[in-house]
Amino acid sequence: MAMTDHAPRFVNRADQKLWFERIPAPWWALAVVLLFLPVVANTFWLFQIMGWTFILGMIGLSLMFLAGYGGMVSLLQMTVAGVAGYMVAILGTSGTVTVSLGLAWWIVLPAAFLVAAFFATVSGALAVRTEGIYTIMITLAIAAAFFYFTRQNYTIFNGYSGFNLVLPPQLFGVNWRDPVPFYYLSLVLAALSYGAVVYVSRSPFGLALQGVRDNPRRMAALGFNVTAHRVAAYALASIFASAGGILLVWQNAQIAPGTIGIPAAIDVLVVAVVGGMRRPLGPFIGAFIYVILQVFSPDILGFFGFSAERFKLIIGLGFLAIVLFSPDGVLGLWDRWRARRRQQDPQAGGGAA
Amino acid sequence: MNAPVNPPRPVALGSSHVSAGNALELRGITKMFGALAAISDVTLSVRPGERRAVLGSNGAGKTTLFNCITGDFLPTAGLIRFFGEDVTVFPPHERIRRGLRRTYQISSLFAGLSVIDNVYLACRGVSRNRFSLIRPRRDDALVHAAEMLVEAVHLSAEKDRLVGELAYGQQRQLEIALALSGAPRFILFDEPAAGLSPTERRDLVSILTTLPAHIGYIIIEHDMDVALRVVESVTMMHNGRIFKEGGPEEIENDPEVQELYLGGGHE
Repeated sequence: MAMTDHAPRFVNRADQKLWFERIPAPWWALAVVLLFLPVVANTFWLFQIMGWTFILGMIGLSLMFLAGYGGMVSLLQMTVAGVAGYMVAILGTSGTVTVSLGLAWWIVLPAAFLVAAFFATVSGALAVRTEGIYTIMITLAIAAAFFYFTRQNYTIFNGYSGFNLVLPPQLFGVNWRDPVPFYYLSLVLAALSYGAVVYVSRSPFGLALQGVRDNPRRMAALGFNVTAHRVAAYALASIFASAGGILLVWQNAQIAPGTIGIPAAIDVLVVAVVGGMRRPLGPFIGAFIYVILQVFSPDILGFFGFSAERFKLIIGLGFLAIVLFSPDGVLGLWDRWRARRRQQDPQAGGGAA
Repeated sequence: MNAPVNPPRPVALGSSHVSAGNALELRGITKMFGALAAISDVTLSVRPGERRAVLGSNGAGKTTLFNCITGDFLPTAGLIRFFGEDVTVFPPHERIRRGLRRTYQISSLFAGLSVIDNVYLACRGVSRNRFSLIRPRRDDALVHAAEMLVEAVHLSAEKDRLVGELAYGQQRQLEIALALSGAPRFILFDEPAAGLSPTERRDLVSILTTLPAHIGYIIIEHDMDVALRVVESVTMMHNGRIFKEGGPEEIENDPEVQELYLGGGHE
C-alpha cells in the first residue's frame, strides 16, 4: 500500500510558507461550508446525517490509521468505540439506575478513554503477532467475543437491553444533544481527529509506522522495535475510535450489544475501504456515502417497488464496485481523474485535495 | 516477526578465551533448517576496522551467516560477540543500536516513503524518541544528518521522490545510505554490486574505500573486481563451512579456490 500524499516536509527556506498559506483553496471552501451548514440545513441533516457521518468517519479514521499507515486491518475499532461508549453509560448516568454509577462527567470521560485505550492495547498486543488475514481473524474474534459478552453479562453491561437515556452533560448550559450543538461538537472532534492523524503521519512515530507497513524486517534492522510500534499504534488509534463511540452513545442516547455487533464492525471496514484507506480524508468520505445510502435508499427502493430493507444490497453492490474498480476507494478514483487531467492539460491542477 | 516462538538456546562454546579486542567474534555458529545445515561450525573473528570479503558459490551459506549475525535467525548452536558483548540471542534492533548495520542482497527499502524519509527513519532508528509524536523541525539534527547521507550517496536530486519510483541502481545506493546512518561500527554488505552498471560499480568502490577507517565490514560479493579491491582479508565458504582464509592475492591465486569457485561458472 503506497501512500500518495507525501507532503514535502523538507521545503527550502525560500519557499517556506506559513501553515495556513499551505492549505489549498478547496479546504477553505469545505471549512466554510461545514461551519455555516446550520444556517441552511434542517435539524435532520445536521443531527442524523452529518452527526452520524462524523462519528462513523472518526471510527473509520482509527481503522485507516492502523491499516493505511500500519498495514494492520483491524475489525476491532467498532468494539473499541463500544467500550468507550459502554464506559460512559456504566460510569455515568443512564436510565438503568441499578447498574450506572452516576459519576461526574469529568471522571467518566477520561475513564472511558483510558479503559478503551487499555482494551485496544491488550487486544493489539494479541493481534500484532499475526499478519494479514490472521490479524483480521483475531480482531474479528475479539469483536465477536465482546459482543456476546455484553449480551450475556447483566451485572456490568445490562445484557440484551443495554443502557438507554445516556445523555451528554449539560456543560455551559448547552444541551449538547440539540441538533446544532451536537453538529458542532461532532464537527470539532472529527476535525481535531483528522488534524491529529495528518500531523502524526509526518512525526517520527508516524513515519516509523509507515516503515513498518512497507517493510517490518528492515525496520527491525534499522533499530526499531516493530512489535512495540504496532501495539502503540493500536493505543493511539483507540483515541479516535473512543471519541466516535462516546458521540455515538450520546447521539442515540443509548447503547446495546447491537451497536457493536459484527455487522457494525464490518460497516466500519466498508466505510474505510469505500472512502479510501490511504489518506485520513477517506473514511469521512466513505462515511458520508454510507450514511446517505442508508438514509435515502429506502425511498429510492420503495419507488421501484422493492422492500426498504434491501438498502444493504445497494451498499454491498457499491462496495463490490469500489473493490473491483478502485481498490483505493473513492479518493483513488479522484486521484486518477486528476492525474489524467493534469496529463492532458499541464496548466490545470494545483494544490492537493 | 522473525524470531521463532521458542528459540533453541544456542550452546555457548569456550567463551572463556574469547578475546574482547575483536569487532566481531563468531564461535562454532551452526544453523539448521530442519535436517539441513545451512552453515556448520563457523568460527570467525574480525578486528575493529578490518574489511573482509566472504566468498563462496550460491548456497555456501553466506547470507545465512549474515542473518545469524544480525539476529534475523537465531543460530542453532554457537556464540556471537559484538565488540566483546555476547549478542547471540539479542533481537535484531538491539544489535543495530550497538552499531551493527547491514544491507540486503535484494533491496529492502520502504517503497511508499520518499528517499529522505527512508534515510531519516534509518537515522531515527538508532537514536532516541523513536515514538515521538512531534514533527521534526527543519533544523533538526537528524533531518540534517539524513540530508548529508542522501548527498553522500549522490541522491540529493531524488530526495523527495518515492523510493518505489527509483531506478534499480539508485535503490542500491540508498541501501548503503541506510547502512551508514547513525554511528555504524561494523557493516555487513550483502552483494552490494549485484545488478549495478560498470559506472555504478566504480562509484560503489569509491564509497566503500572512503568509509572512515574505524568502520569495519564484511562484504559478500561475486564480482572479484569489486570484492578484492575493497578488502584486506578473505574468507572462502563452501557447503556451509569455512574452507579457506587469507589475503586477497593469496586467495585469488590459490589453485583449490580457483578450481572450486573462480572456475566454477562465476565470472
